[in-house]
Amino acid sequence: MSTVTRFPARASGVAERVSGFMAHLRLNGMKAGPGETADALGALALVDAVDPDQARLALKTLIATGAEDWRRFDDLFDAYWFNAGRQHREARQSTHIRTQLRRPTIWQPHFGVDADGNASSEPESGSPGSDDEGVESTEGRLLATRTDAFTRKDLRELMNEETLRRAEIIAHDLARAIRDRRSRRRKAARKGVAPDMRRIIRKSLARGGDPLDLAFKRRPDRPMRIVALADVSGSMSVYARVFLSFVKGLVSAEGATEAYLFHTRLMRVTPALRDRDALRSAARLSLMAEGFGGGTDIAGSLSAFADAYAAKALNRRTVVIILSDGYCTSEPRKLAAALARIRRKAGRIVWLNPLKGWRDFAPVAAGISAALPYLDAHLPANTLEALSALEGEFAKL
Amino acid sequence: MNHRDLQSQLAEAGYVADENLAMALYLALSLGRPLLLEGPAGVGKTEIAKALAEVRGARMIRLQCYEGLDASAAIYEWNYQRQLLAIRAAGEGEAASAVEERLFSEKYLLRRPLLEAISQDEPPVLLIDEIDRADEEFEAYLLEILSDFQVSVPELGTIQAKSRPMVVLTANGARDLSDALRRRCLYAYISYPDKETELAILARRGPQLEPRLATQIVGVVQALRREELEKKPGVAEMLDWAAALAGLGVNDLADDPASVQASIVCLLKTAADRDAVPGEVLQRLIGKAA
Repeated sequence: MSTVTRFPARASGVAERVSGFMAHLRLNGMKAGPGETADALGALALVDAVDPDQARLALKTLIATGAEDWRRFDDLFDAYWFNAGRQHREARQSTHIRTQLRRPTIWQPHFGVDADGNASSEPESGSPGSDDEGVESTEGRLLATRTDAFTRKDLRELMNEETLRRAEIIAHDLARAIRDRRSRRRKAARKGVAPDMRRIIRKSLARGGDPLDLAFKRRPDRPMRIVALADVSGSMSVYARVFLSFVKGLVSAEGATEAYLFHTRLMRVTPALRDRDALRSAARLSLMAEGFGGGTDIAGSLSAFADAYAAKALNRRTVVIILSDGYCTSEPRKLAAALARIRRKAGRIVWLNPLKGWRDFAPVAAGISAALPYLDAHLPANTLEALSALEGEFAKL
Repeated sequence: MNHRDLQSQLAEAGYVADENLAMALYLALSLGRPLLLEGPAGVGKTEIAKALAEVRGARMIRLQCYEGLDASAAIYEWNYQRQLLAIRAAGEGEAASAVEERLFSEKYLLRRPLLEAISQDEPPVLLIDEIDRADEEFEAYLLEILSDFQVSVPELGTIQAKSRPMVVLTANGARDLSDALRRRCLYAYISYPDKETELAILARRGPQLEPRLATQIVGVVQALRREELEKKPGVAEMLDWAAALAGLGVNDLADDPASVQASIVCLLKTAADRDAVPGEVLQRLIGKAA
């Protein structure tokens, strides 16, 4: 290992460097606490820690807790131990890494959104002489980003208006209305409200007629889950802000809700929307919003969803909500095929179309007419009133 | 011992593990922590536990998870029938408290896989398969066992592990696992193997094939995984297909399109996928793989 790694000057031993690494991981959203640091030191003692590959493998299996972490770990490892990966794996260097060691701190205005959704656009410069300072003061030092101005729309505007808040509240109520479903049947349950006489008598046979085992039953909950797919392409840009708040409302109402945005690509935004830290949430959304306001590939995005997430996200008790105007660059046939695949796994598909609220709307866009046979409902969503009227419609589903 | 030794031991047992997995296993064994394996279906997640048991000369105890799995099926249950018989047999002479003492003793305890695993003298390999199929509540039971290796039975008290089992959990992503469970486990993601690894797996576990045919088979399967399929063929499917081709006496995939097309059922398991790979596409893939 010939590379010189720039550690904070006061970092003295292995333990401190490793704990610095953990802080670096934590900064990038991994779950690495003091317990993990201790484990990591223990694990490094077991392997040949001078060999970076062994150290990498050991720490990876120890720290990663899911497929996502597993994929990102190598880049994060390089970023910390190999000076932001410059010497070695330039090509593999991901653009999504925050590092605390690199100097040029670019505080990009669109990351400055505070908890109330108000923009704090005051650009902050990296404090001088911060080369060897600790972890805490590095919040917001991002060199994550390619700054193509035109592919990046400022999401600040999307989050600070009264209407947006109302959209969020409506979505919140809607999500709760959908979720609370109880089965009509009664099912055997360990802690039920009603005794299950049939089972009690059947079980008492094995005890010579003594009803020793009591059985109960109750009506089990059958919560509906929501999967929201929102179109944020150019043609939807006027609605995108409201829809984004709407989706945020859906996500915050219910733990099992999943949210995705798409334009030409699909991305999962559930963790970003759920992030309690509004600042970080906005930052993460901004990172994902490259290409925001461009073209649309609904079919491609939906089939990407069916490929990558459907197995996990969909079941028979899932309502898929698609927010889009149906203007699409791909073939209608493909859109139909993608919807058919989702249809097979999902309980309901609802398409919320902002254009449908317009007078004289007819579903003539080739995409939407191909999609119609697969939809349970195709509803207008151009005003807040239309959105709040959805609750009644959803109750019928 | 280091992870490379473990890797070669596993190879002797017929399991080709990559560096990531070998390191994960090595650390799991050294630190006594459970190992959570994720990855697509058919990449050998379950198989690793068997290979590990063979390498360690240990017993393998398997708990297959399913929706509705509860403590009485996974940890322990009282043998009610025997207890009831004992009550009837006890008659008048014995004091009630003595009977009760006797009824709730280990003799009347039915050991299910998890309790079984921690009450072995020699550490076994405990495979908790497809943990994501079990309900979330079940994870809570697992936490106690995985972190402290003990089981609480209210009538008996806490049963401590006689030996620490080597725990391997597998998940397919049917639902998200809780953070608490993930944090207690080491983690490894097993993806589809690259060409060389898959050839090595075929050589170890498949039938005796000519190198040329083996290369073709692996090439076609790898190419199929790049196609847009609903169910991508895993390593297990690849081995099935190789066995099928060996059984059909095929020596070169390009020579015998009919049998190859017929045997493709081993790889493609849904109607849509079969339609997506018609004969011509398959021939093209074979042409490329050769």
